[in-house]
Amino acid sequence: MSTSGEEQWLYAISSKRRIIEFNFREIARYKDLLFLFVKRDVVTKYKQTILGPLWYFIQPLFTTLIFTLIFNNIADISTGDGVPPFLFNLAGITSWNYFKECLTGTSDTFKQNQNIFGKVYFPRVIMPMSVVISNLIKFGIQLLVFIGFYIYFTMFTEKASNVSPQITLLILPVLIIIMGTLGLGFGMIISSMTTKYRDLTFLVAFGVQLLMYASAVMYPLELVKSKVAEGRIPEMTGLLIEYNPMTTVVEMFRNVTLGIGGINIQMLIYVMITSTVIFLLGLIIFNKTEKSFIDTI
Amino acid sequence: MSDVILKVKNISKQYRLGLVSSGTVSHDLKRWWYKLRGKDDPFLKIGEINNSSTKGSSSYVWALRDINFELHRGEVLGIIGKNGAGKSTLLKILSRVTSPTTGEIKTRGKIASLLEVGTGFHPEMTGLENIYLNGAILGMTKKEIASKIDEIIEFSGCQRYINTPVKRYSSGMRVRLAFAVAAHLEPDILVVDEVLAVGDAEFQKKAVGKMKDISKGDGRTVLFVSHNMAAVKSLCTRGLVLENGEITYEGRPSDAVAYYLNGNSESLNHYNFGDSKKNERLKLHGITIFAKGKRKETNLDEYDELTIETKITIYPTENNLHLTYVLKDETGLSLFTITNANSDVPLEVGDCYLRCYLPEGFLNIGTYFLDIYIIENSKNTIFHQPDIMSFSIQEGERPLGAWLGKEPGFIKPDFNWTKARF
Repeated sequence: MSTSGEEQWLYAISSKRRIIEFNFREIARYKDLLFLFVKRDVVTKYKQTILGPLWYFIQPLFTTLIFTLIFNNIADISTGDGVPPFLFNLAGITSWNYFKECLTGTSDTFKQNQNIFGKVYFPRVIMPMSVVISNLIKFGIQLLVFIGFYIYFTMFTEKASNVSPQITLLILPVLIIIMGTLGLGFGMIISSMTTKYRDLTFLVAFGVQLLMYASAVMYPLELVKSKVAEGRIPEMTGLLIEYNPMTTVVEMFRNVTLGIGGINIQMLIYVMITSTVIFLLGLIIFNKTEKSFIDTI
Repeated sequence: MSDVILKVKNISKQYRLGLVSSGTVSHDLKRWWYKLRGKDDPFLKIGEINNSSTKGSSSYVWALRDINFELHRGEVLGIIGKNGAGKSTLLKILSRVTSPTTGEIKTRGKIASLLEVGTGFHPEMTGLENIYLNGAILGMTKKEIASKIDEIIEFSGCQRYINTPVKRYSSGMRVRLAFAVAAHLEPDILVVDEVLAVGDAEFQKKAVGKMKDISKGDGRTVLFVSHNMAAVKSLCTRGLVLENGEITYEGRPSDAVAYYLNGNSESLNHYNFGDSKKNERLKLHGITIFAKGKRKETNLDEYDELTIETKITIYPTENNLHLTYVLKDETGLSLFTITNANSDVPLEVGDCYLRCYLPEGFLNIGTYFLDIYIIENSKNTIFHQPDIMSFSIQEGERPLGAWLGKEPGFIKPDFNWTKARF
């Protein structure tokens, strides 16, 4: 094995670390583990339940129903002519859910897996990656639900006269990647911070809920802009909602599928940069934490 | 000369004691401020030797301090030490679960650890699915596991349950399944922590056999931490004693074990009572238990021929005196009585060493307590002291491949056997 040179070592364990240690070769070596984790998550999620995978449908459907009832039927938020509020909300919730699941699923990586992490080594980043991938499967199923209702509303009712998919549907994969990296980035940051100081765990639970209201999930961004123009919403709030990266993602998801709202290349680039920065930041903090979090958790 | 496969250089590990609270924020900030200015961590300069029983002033302790050793290919290194000596911390660093505070470890081979078997078992998944998952966690690829799946199932002895969720397994089956997976790992360096403590006798035999195969047959390098001295003596090729986070002895396994056991003052088998054990009739100076052919300071093992030596002064008396010992186990259960009442060696007036000889290999491994009685005319007790001393019998060196546990019972008398054809 070690025929040449005294200093030919396989690897070294030390306290020193590089800023980003994203060892692709090592992760590739553990790809089986990644998929086994994904399989574990998917297979065991609804074990010993009667409805089983049906829960994947039930949760977004009921949320959409309630949202439609409250925001459209009671609060009279207009979703535009010829756009059924139900479809509008379902689009928002489907795209928001993927981000949310990625964020909450990865935000307790270290705490959740301290038993396993405390005993064996494997690239820790495998864990959050598996969460993002298994959520992708869930997202796929929910997308099918959306498509089902989409077909129902466009083919069998007159309500969806203005709904049509756009050619920009092609950028949907980009949107999905942005949602995933944003969720993963935030999740990694939060999971790293919570190893020592648990305060953030409490923030995540309701913070995500609050963030949803600031992400244009159940109202169009146009509405916020017009309210700002009318002076009924402080300008600051308007800007906050507009520059929240998830707002753009949700808006664009609705744009490419339903054809409502505008598409803004500048905002897309802005969001792509933001999500990359957050992802890299998450990776740096995660790398820093994984080495010795087991002593502080 | 075999080549060095692992090199541990100046490894230290510091822990902060007490709770993680808002106080730690200020330390973190200070640390960060020093780092920003390119200075060393201010908290590395402080810290004390890790002795958990004494109270120290600093809230930082060194669980490991400047550990240096090399491991050659094919070696089986046994690490022994008291609880809290830093064994597990060292293994944790080696298996990359946590990183050292200072120092560096270099390796030429893959390290896999059996720190605790069954890591990552998911109760809802079947045995078979868990074999794959656990194998992958331990670093095997799916293909490697698939090629060994039959062997693993066979080794675990769980064939019938293999398609049943693991939550329905008995705890023993779970452990067996987990060990079966771990035993089929093929790392260059295997890190083992106390696997012998799990499972029943039959499984232990299997596990030790497998360990032996790994180290002897395949020439794999093993790092082995155990409290089972018999296992260390028989399996390892080198021994290392850790004390309060520092290596205090390195050498042949049997020497290391002896060093370790002697360092434990509780296992000294010599009691000197001074003036504390006396009355108007007698004075008991001391009791020593030692093994034939060994120095008095060494520990006793299960194969020794033991002598119980009582140093006593009897003051003038007309009556017959004799001495009785009651041997008890750790729970206080009386095992048997030793007396010179019926022997032709009576207790006589004056100073004497009274010696009692136990046959070779008579007492089993364990810790024992002695009660002493001095009896007058076979009816009156003139001196009595329960638990006057304790001593322990250690595991001896056993032949390779033999079972390393403890046989039931307290004595192992060597009876005569005959055989006749019928």
